Amino acid sequence: MPLREIRFHGRGGQGAVTSSQVLAIAAFHDGKYTQAFPNFGVERTGAPVESYTRISENPINVRQHVYTPDYAIVLDPSLMANIDVAKGVGKDGMILVNSNKSPKELGLEKFNAKTIDITEVALKVIGKPFVNIAALGAFAAMSEEVSLGALNKAIEEKFAAKGRVSDLNKEACKILFEKAKEVKG
Amino acid sequence: MKSVVEASEAVALAVKLARVKVCPMYPITPSTHIPERIADYIFDGEMDAEMIHVESEHSAASALIGSILSGARSFTATSSNGFALMYEILPILSGMRLPAVMAVANRTLAAPINIWNDHSDAVSARDQGWIQLYAESSQECVDTMIQCYKIAEDKKVSLPAMMCLDGFTLTHVFENVDVPEQAQVDKFLPAFTREDTLDVNNPKTFGPIGFPDSFMGFKKQQQDAMTAALDVIKKANSYYKKQIGRGYGDGLVELTDMGDAEYAILGMGTLCGTAKAKAEELRAKGKKVGVIRLRSFRPFPVKELQAAVKNLKGLAVLDRHISLGSNGPLFTEISAITPELKLFGYIAGLGGKDITLKHIESVFTDLEKGKQSREWLM
Repeated sequence: MPLREIRFHGRGGQGAVTSSQVLAIAAFHDGKYTQAFPNFGVERTGAPVESYTRISENPINVRQHVYTPDYAIVLDPSLMANIDVAKGVGKDGMILVNSNKSPKELGLEKFNAKTIDITEVALKVIGKPFVNIAALGAFAAMSEEVSLGALNKAIEEKFAAKGRVSDLNKEACKILFEKAKEVKG
Repeated sequence: MKSVVEASEAVALAVKLARVKVCPMYPITPSTHIPERIADYIFDGEMDAEMIHVESEHSAASALIGSILSGARSFTATSSNGFALMYEILPILSGMRLPAVMAVANRTLAAPINIWNDHSDAVSARDQGWIQLYAESSQECVDTMIQCYKIAEDKKVSLPAMMCLDGFTLTHVFENVDVPEQAQVDKFLPAFTREDTLDVNNPKTFGPIGFPDSFMGFKKQQQDAMTAALDVIKKANSYYKKQIGRGYGDGLVELTDMGDAEYAILGMGTLCGTAKAKAEELRAKGKKVGVIRLRSFRPFPVKELQAAVKNLKGLAVLDRHISLGSNGPLFTEISAITPELKLFGYIAGLGGKDITLKHIESVFTDLEKGKQSREWLM
């Protein structure tokens, strides 16, 4: 399989950079080669943030930015007012948006876009709108690029020092993994 | 142990594994994660070292003189204008033959103020007597940092060494890294010892004046030590490969797809990774292209580079720095040693400008056509 590229869209403080890292660690546990890096900007709380993960069966040499992602994951749909989250996403690519609206309502009907309400699950399970890790559960089911088991392991590794955070995020991931299987377009 | 590690943390892990005792630090973007991780290790009791919170980079470099003269293996890290503030002390460390090791998270020099990567900081200090090795990956950061101590402390060398890693483009990237075990590193790198140390009971003078009758002799010795370092770098690379299982070319130059190559790109650091990816793609289409990655900029491996380009029809040199009023320094130096070769020089990736697969492809196209379409990859 060729190299896959994933782009995360979030706001400063929302944890998009951590999303890309946890996904990389999970891919590593699935036996893949991986890279995770932020858009090297000067981030501020609330400002639009992009972060990236690369996954491959082979060692990854390329170091350019991500221009044509296979997947775009939008943690905060309000970003779409100013940011073209579909930029560079090809016909075979997928856009995953954290929203209770349909892709058509979000103006994404021309793309292979899927929506799922990650915030609702996060509020229910974690008690706060922490969607950055929960989103990976939905992504795992929709893309099949990473296993839920590896994702759990990565979460435990990343948040080992904060036991409860790890447990709650794993729970949210599991619920979204199951829910995402039923999501159509 | 294999895991996913940020390149900055890879540097810090290597510093810990090298059992460094003194770290004078003055953090500056994008090198900041390195002292942050080292501070964590010291605070958590994983690393037995003193971190000195100095008041400037000039002081950080100055503190290295004292700590190494006291017999302590030492480390600092910096970037950009912080590196520039150290400049006065760089030739003092090398002139006193002190095996300091520094990580330079390469960032351009202001103005305009810019926090992103190019090689202006380290390359502009090429004449100051430091060994300069450039890493391409997080894995290489761990391996090369450990090798830097082995090389710098070799009695035939006794010179400071800097390991350069591209700011952000490498410092902030998480990727697969196999971190060696402490026992492996202990075997590769014995404890640092010095015969002559600062000692209140046995006072000595270090770094006294060198009058005109002796000064050139000292410089000649430094040049001879740099020449000796060529072989020491090679041996550190091959010994590390034997002990720990990874090597990078012959230690000085790393060749990829160069066997029957007609055209090649030469550069330093992460841009070579992107060049390798494009070369692999072009190879699949039957193009005979390759990549020469210069790992050791100082000392400059003339013989190895001449051998690498011997059968080429054309070579493109990508400089991530420009000597304003002249050319890319790497291009100038390669020109001097390859008078027969068709050579194109490109200025690329200044101040964080991304070096893309498209850039690399356009350079290979230029080489094949025998005509350079532009000098600046913008």
